[in-house]
Amino acid sequence: MRPIRLLGQFLVDLIIGDDPKIAVAVVVAVGLAALLLIAGGASASVVTVVGALLVVSAFSVSLFLDTR
Amino acid sequence: MTAADWGLLSSTFAASFVECVEALTIVLAMGITRGWRSAIAGTVTALLALAAFSVAAGYALASWLPTSALQLVVGVLMLIFGLQWLRKAVLRSAGLKAPHDETQEYAEQMAAARQAGDRTVLGVDAFGYLVSLKGVFLEGVEVTFIVVTFGLNADNVPLASVGGGAAALVVLVLGVLVHRPLSRIPENTLKYGVGLMLATFGTFWSLEGLGIFTPSRDSLSWPGHDWALLVLLVGWLLWSRVAITALRRRREPASPRPGERVAS
Repeated sequence: MRPIRLLGQFLVDLIIGDDPKIAVAVVVAVGLAALLLIAGGASASVVTVVGALLVVSAFSVSLFLDTR
Repeated sequence: MTAADWGLLSSTFAASFVECVEALTIVLAMGITRGWRSAIAGTVTALLALAAFSVAAGYALASWLPTSALQLVVGVLMLIFGLQWLRKAVLRSAGLKAPHDETQEYAEQMAAARQAGDRTVLGVDAFGYLVSLKGVFLEGVEVTFIVVTFGLNADNVPLASVGGGAAALVVLVLGVLVHRPLSRIPENTLKYGVGLMLATFGTFWSLEGLGIFTPSRDSLSWPGHDWALLVLLVGWLLWSRVAITALRRRREPASPRPGERVAS
């Protein structure tokens, strides 16, 4: 059990670090872009541009939460 | 070498350099407080594990995963790493977070090492070994991701590896020579630049990689193709400057105009 726990802790340290909001923001933004592609049937150009705006917006929200 | 090659070499060098400086601080603190045998044993184990991880992950990713899935996985990780660095850089530039100080980090590691219990396994101090191993492996995995991403994007992984390897070598030599943390390195500025690059590549790749969800499984194409990278870089840079300015203004209350009365 200990190696699994250590591996889990390592992955948390690597991916989440000291601020889980960033990881959540990235997953939510890219997830929404994926939804736009799969369910919305949007073109590649629309998905990439809207996806980039979603990433910036999600990051801005996480930064706002940090500093409010 | 072309300008693009120099760009690839310098960016992988700078990004890897920052990670190696952090790893060096940990190893130095362990070596001085817990003994060099455990610190070196932990570092060597981490480097071997890192080599095995890089070969296995590289082979698995290249052999089993479609390009778009690889871009999605690596892109999301790059984006998370990059935005974490960018967040810290923005907060530090706005005066809302203390600048990263290797000397302070070193002192904290030393204090923790002195308080830890004494447990020896096979003649090696367990605490010093494990902390060195974890520190080097953790920072090393980030270096690996940076080298692989930048290298694949420029279609020149060997050159990117040279940049990463050279950074590790320079940090190692400097560490041996000065025998203390490299606190004079402009780490915060380097991290800001690397954070911008990682955020740029991460955004580009993670969204290209969404093509794995299309029937063809081909990567999505950005408008303007690779030129979109430049647009993203400029976009992240401008966004970060706007955020820093806005946060600074929020932090510093507006000074009264001449003749204006200030409420006591």
